[in-house]
Amino acid sequence: MPINCKSSCGKKAVLKRPKTGDALCKECFFAAFEAEIHHTIISSNLFRRGEKVAVAASGGKDSTVLAHVLKLLNETHDYGLELVLLSIDEGITGYRDDSLETVKQNRDDYQMALKILSYEELYGWTMDRIVAQIGRSNNCTFCGVFRRQALDRGAKQLGVDSIATGHNADDIAETVLMNILRGDTARLRRCTDIKTGGGDDTIPRVKPLKYSYEKEIVMYAHYKKLVYFSTECVFAPNAYRGHARAFLKDLEKVRPSVIMDIIHSGEQLRFKDSVKKPVRGVCARCGFVSSQQPCKACVLLEGLNRGLPKLGIGKKSKGDRMIANQDREIALRERANLVKNDF
Amino acid sequence: MSAKELQINLEFSAGAELLFGNIKRRKLSLDGTVKWTVASLLKWMHANILTERPELFLQGDTVRPGILVLINDTDWELLGELEYELQPNDNVLFISTLHGG
Repeated sequence: MPINCKSSCGKKAVLKRPKTGDALCKECFFAAFEAEIHHTIISSNLFRRGEKVAVAASGGKDSTVLAHVLKLLNETHDYGLELVLLSIDEGITGYRDDSLETVKQNRDDYQMALKILSYEELYGWTMDRIVAQIGRSNNCTFCGVFRRQALDRGAKQLGVDSIATGHNADDIAETVLMNILRGDTARLRRCTDIKTGGGDDTIPRVKPLKYSYEKEIVMYAHYKKLVYFSTECVFAPNAYRGHARAFLKDLEKVRPSVIMDIIHSGEQLRFKDSVKKPVRGVCARCGFVSSQQPCKACVLLEGLNRGLPKLGIGKKSKGDRMIANQDREIALRERANLVKNDF
Repeated sequence: MSAKELQINLEFSAGAELLFGNIKRRKLSLDGTVKWTVASLLKWMHANILTERPELFLQGDTVRPGILVLINDTDWELLGELEYELQPNDNVLFISTLHGG
């Protein structure tokens, strides 16, 4: 009792698409999956001919599929793009060192240039050392803030016109939920944007897989035999996202369209003018995009270097007090030294 | 292979193997005198080879949402899911989508 492919190509269906409920054969699924990403790229004007685009590559399923599909579409539809891979080495032994091997495999398979930037060279700290300093809580804050900026720095060094990330539909629906649950209106406003940044001094980020379901990405990678890395980070997983994710997966079981529905809701939200909007500027210290002064990366880094790793965690006023206290202590100690030296 | 055995292959990938002693491929010989469905296979797996945190693999009497099941490389959603009756030499693959990104 095999089910036939819905597109009446005469072949046997191999999967049920969660997005449409259609039963498709391998070839028709590949064609539909790729055509939808092409449609997203074209209808949202993500790229222009002649541009250089960095694919943010972690070695995981999403970025591996993204690199594969972008290369394919670039060739078949003649986008005229120069694609490069950009990876960040957070310095997590037993995790990132292994996944970077996958990225190197991508580089060889897809014949794309690869740039790897490490936290070590950018910030003087690896995640291993940061965790040794701060422990297993809040470490994801450091990693997330540093990675965001590291991608900007890498993109600048490469001189690219945009950064393509592998965020998929499930990721975006999860983020909408999380931002609603946290009342984070600033992020809620922009988290469904397919293109962010791109002002005078920022490099735009684009999400070509924004409407691609995770199940389809995994099935695509499986049927295309793409090699990807799938180990959980050795440091504590992001618990809050984990809850949102489990909730969403439960909903999806009952109603597969829920993922697209949540993204749609996020896209259609409008905010009152009285809702505060963060002003995007540039950090006076490091010169990279930020809506705070100094930027979060600089505050976190200062905390690490001062031996006050909690500095950038929690309220800014608390951090300011910590700095003031430390400065006072240092001043006192210096005065005491001066007094001693007077003798 | 005796006629009273049902031989099938199990495969785990993308992190699902971590819950099963980190073994990616297994050959099983099940009692061939009874009917085996995916539902009864999951029960058998829980009782015999699911070593690590069963709640990450099972939810109620089915697999946890986010774990894909392919039988002979076909999505189990096209095959009746839990009710599918296992045939000799079937290949059942579990892919986790819950790991990494």
